[in-house]
Amino acid sequence: MTHALADELAAHPFCIDLPDPVVLAVAPLVTRLDADGGQVLGREGDPAGTFYLLTEGRVALQVQSSGRPPAVLETLGAGEVVGWSWLIPPYRWHFDAVAIEPVGALAVDGARLRAEMDADPVLGYALTARFIPVIVDRLQSTRLRLLDLYGHDHR
Amino acid sequence: MTTAERAPVLATAPDLVPRPWRVRAVRRELVDTVTVDLEPVTGPAVPYRPGQVNMLSLFGLGEVPISVSGDPAVPDIQRHTVRAAGATTSGLTRVGPGDTVGVRGPFGTGWNVEAAAGRDAVVVAGGLGLAPLRPALYWLLAHRGEIGRVALLYGSRSPEDLLYADELHAWRARFDLAVEVTVDRAHGGWRGDVGVVPALVRRLAVDPANTVAYVCGPEIMMRFAADALTDLGVPAERVEVSLERNMKCMVGLCGHCVLGPFYVCTDGPVLPWSAVARLLRTREL
Repeated sequence: MTHALADELAAHPFCIDLPDPVVLAVAPLVTRLDADGGQVLGREGDPAGTFYLLTEGRVALQVQSSGRPPAVLETLGAGEVVGWSWLIPPYRWHFDAVAIEPVGALAVDGARLRAEMDADPVLGYALTARFIPVIVDRLQSTRLRLLDLYGHDHR
Repeated sequence: MTTAERAPVLATAPDLVPRPWRVRAVRRELVDTVTVDLEPVTGPAVPYRPGQVNMLSLFGLGEVPISVSGDPAVPDIQRHTVRAAGATTSGLTRVGPGDTVGVRGPFGTGWNVEAAAGRDAVVVAGGLGLAPLRPALYWLLAHRGEIGRVALLYGSRSPEDLLYADELHAWRARFDLAVEVTVDRAHGGWRGDVGVVPALVRRLAVDPANTVAYVCGPEIMMRFAADALTDLGVPAERVEVSLERNMKCMVGLCGHCVLGPFYVCTDGPVLPWSAVARLLRTREL
């Protein structure tokens, strides 16, 4: 891993509050990804061995529907995380993750990271604790959208 | 003062008597929403500040508060975007050129757009909340040289529910305005974001400590958006929200719109988040 990549990892919002030893443990598992628009980062049902820390561009989480255009569940942009299925059995992508424009990201080998988290509970706790706010944020976003705020009942 | 003593005073107060305005043009925005351009039948129009409200009445039907949604630099034609929700608003969506509408106003506080001078400015709209913010955006763009970065964050139910779609496209094409649009749901072909407005706030490229924000939309959305802005570091006193309450008299008399210490009709509808954050989380209010 280059120093530039390590610096980029340390500066990513996902890593801002992580202890230095945790960032150092993640760093060797990071590669740079430059994806074109339309490139699939993860496909529903496929093994999920990687997650992505987005640095530019946007990714759509979407679900296929036979004979219809895919339904977009959420879009994620720079500073956000794509993928937590590598952390949760059965370690398969729940939805498609598709770049909707040129995307820059730090790709993290989640399968190897999971093995290191199993071997080192302190590392495992720190990263799990870091992922929980990401998951809760997505849950809250989903709840707000369930309210259908822009319908007649709200304004 | 008894009601009998007060009545003659109220009957002659100019702010309480609707003036007839003529419908000049009507534009259908959405299936249930129109924009109505009004011009006074007699006398000059009263200039308004971005964010102020007019009371529009259909004689014999009722009266409703509607924010002015046009360009404040053109006060002679006052533009109002109305969604059919009740009897009066439904009636307003059916008016045509030449029809007469009663107008009182403008009322209330407006957006403190002058505070954007020398600062970054963020306009955060949800659904029909873009209408009261459009005059502020016009003002910001007319004074673009005095302001730092300007961003519009807009959330809607679906791509088909976007208000002012043509203008959104035109604003997006500008190099001096960042426009981010998100919808609650979309199918393939939509190139914008899917998600909630607070998620857009977290991606903002502004200097938070030197930013002003103007927020309008459903109250729940405003709470979460204002929280996201203050979490980012925007001072709560420089986050303004536009409240919607049961405004009737618009002159601070009837008390229908009271929120804690505020008459929303005269102290608002635009108020700083620092003044109302606690009130909007008070269940009894």
